[in-house]
Amino acid sequence: MNFNGQTYRRIAAFGGVYSNHIALEAMLNDVVHRDVEAIFCLGDLGAFGPHPNKVFSLLVQGGVNVMQGNYDNSIGNHLADCQCGYTDPRDNYFAKLSYDYTYANTDAQWKWWMKSLPTEFRIRLGRYNLLMCHGSPRKMNEFLWESTTPAHFLKKLTVDYHADVILAAHTGIHSYRALPQDKHFVNVGVIGRPANDGNTNVWYTLLTADEGLDVEFIPLHYSYRALAEEMNEEKLPAEFIETVETGWWTTCLEILPAKERKRGKW
Amino acid sequence: MTGENVNTVQHPTLELSSLDNLWFQVAGTLCNLKCNHCFISCSPTNDKFGMLSLSTVERTLEESVKYGVKEYYYTGGEPFMNAEIIPMLSATLRYGPATVLTNAILISDDMTEQLADIEASSSYSLEIRVSLDGFTPEMNDPIRGHNTFKRTVDGIRRLVKVGFLPIITAVKTWDDDRDLEVIGGFLQQMLDIGYSRPRLKLIPTLRIGAEPQRTHGYLEGEEITLDMMDGYDASQLICSNSRIMTDKGLYVCPILIDADDAKLGETLEDGLKPYELKHRACYTCYMSGAICSNASSSGEKLFAEKLSAHQ
Repeated sequence: MNFNGQTYRRIAAFGGVYSNHIALEAMLNDVVHRDVEAIFCLGDLGAFGPHPNKVFSLLVQGGVNVMQGNYDNSIGNHLADCQCGYTDPRDNYFAKLSYDYTYANTDAQWKWWMKSLPTEFRIRLGRYNLLMCHGSPRKMNEFLWESTTPAHFLKKLTVDYHADVILAAHTGIHSYRALPQDKHFVNVGVIGRPANDGNTNVWYTLLTADEGLDVEFIPLHYSYRALAEEMNEEKLPAEFIETVETGWWTTCLEILPAKERKRGKW
Repeated sequence: MTGENVNTVQHPTLELSSLDNLWFQVAGTLCNLKCNHCFISCSPTNDKFGMLSLSTVERTLEESVKYGVKEYYYTGGEPFMNAEIIPMLSATLRYGPATVLTNAILISDDMTEQLADIEASSSYSLEIRVSLDGFTPEMNDPIRGHNTFKRTVDGIRRLVKVGFLPIITAVKTWDDDRDLEVIGGFLQQMLDIGYSRPRLKLIPTLRIGAEPQRTHGYLEGEEITLDMMDGYDASQLICSNSRIMTDKGLYVCPILIDADDAKLGETLEDGLKPYELKHRACYTCYMSGAICSNASSSGEKLFAEKLSAHQ
């Protein structure tokens, strides 16, 4: 495998912007003080939040390396839904509301831009070959939850995809797994909505390669009340606003495995 | 009876893309109930398949590591008829997440405590999927047997009491136009017994085993043909990513263990070969997506239009 990406010592990474332009702007302001050499976004730019167009120029002007997530793939290719695969009628109802709003309010030029985004990044971070993907290296919309992803499965992914470190997002909850033989799996979290832990902050990740790999999850506080107000003005569902204001997920719950579901409120 | 075809239609052959899901037919075809829609006709006396041993499970778990198996499932028959089910689940949770499919009747207070203990001591999820086919005794008991509604609901209550969020799994035996009423009925029933965050999974009937006597078998044309795979997401089919270990060897999927050609060998390595989708039951998987796994599926929605055009 040819690792022709650049070499870095310290990077920032995040997923799931979900149209939360206020958190994105806060993150870009915060990361300025973190001594990083590059910023990577692992996709899912739309969903849940208001005014989807606002995040694109922030990402471009912020010099963020952006990858395509399943939401971006759907919007960019004019698909019927977000490809999260819900079967629960309630989850589907809210997913459709969110998707239809985002699709209708995303300009054509940005749909084209999302369609053209890469689906993975490969870089070197110190001595590590690092692979970034949205869901998993093998499937964009695969969920790699902490409680349903065995260590031996992750180890096999590192072998099959020739990576020492794999970064993913998609689930919405950050986590870190140190694997045998100095291999690593990191879910870098999302900045678009809280991590279903009862706190209103969102999360992004700093990765540093010195002696070994250092993974630091950064809690990001932002003006969530301003976001809730915008969502209200846009007549987005009260359930989405409740998540922003309480830190508990109220929709898309079907996909959560038992342990992650139990940690939440609903 | 697996609804096997005898005509000359050519059927697609599907490769195993990755062994993500490993099933254990842990209680064989032995069950404390005799449901009249059971696709492998399980009953207290059907011993065509027998109990799996703990040593077989442990050996298979160890073999599964090199294939990167992601999730482990336990089914039967009734898994809790196997006296070694708790140590089996405990061993599994050292490797990865486990799901057990049960009617919950045999899960005693003592057993729920043991299950809660092994779940708490693992970083992996233990899912309990409880079969219940109606939200009232009048709806459930004609299918699953006398007084089974009460006994299963009691089991759900015991599981909820120790912190589980069981997935209530109902075979869809009602017409589509009753969906909202029935789903609402299930959710209200669970709320009434103190299950405040009910999870519900609906699965289609499989018209093999006992089910054809209750309703009818597959109709003419209900089979997978070569052209139906064009543009179809084959990952929706369980045989693209799963295999099942029984006391008689390794089979392609939990639904087809009654079919002689569904046996692939003795070990997981034997199960890496492709499989021809020639059984009528394969058509249900095709239409409905990943019906066996916990993972949700959008197969039916995405391909309804395609199927409509085909027919």
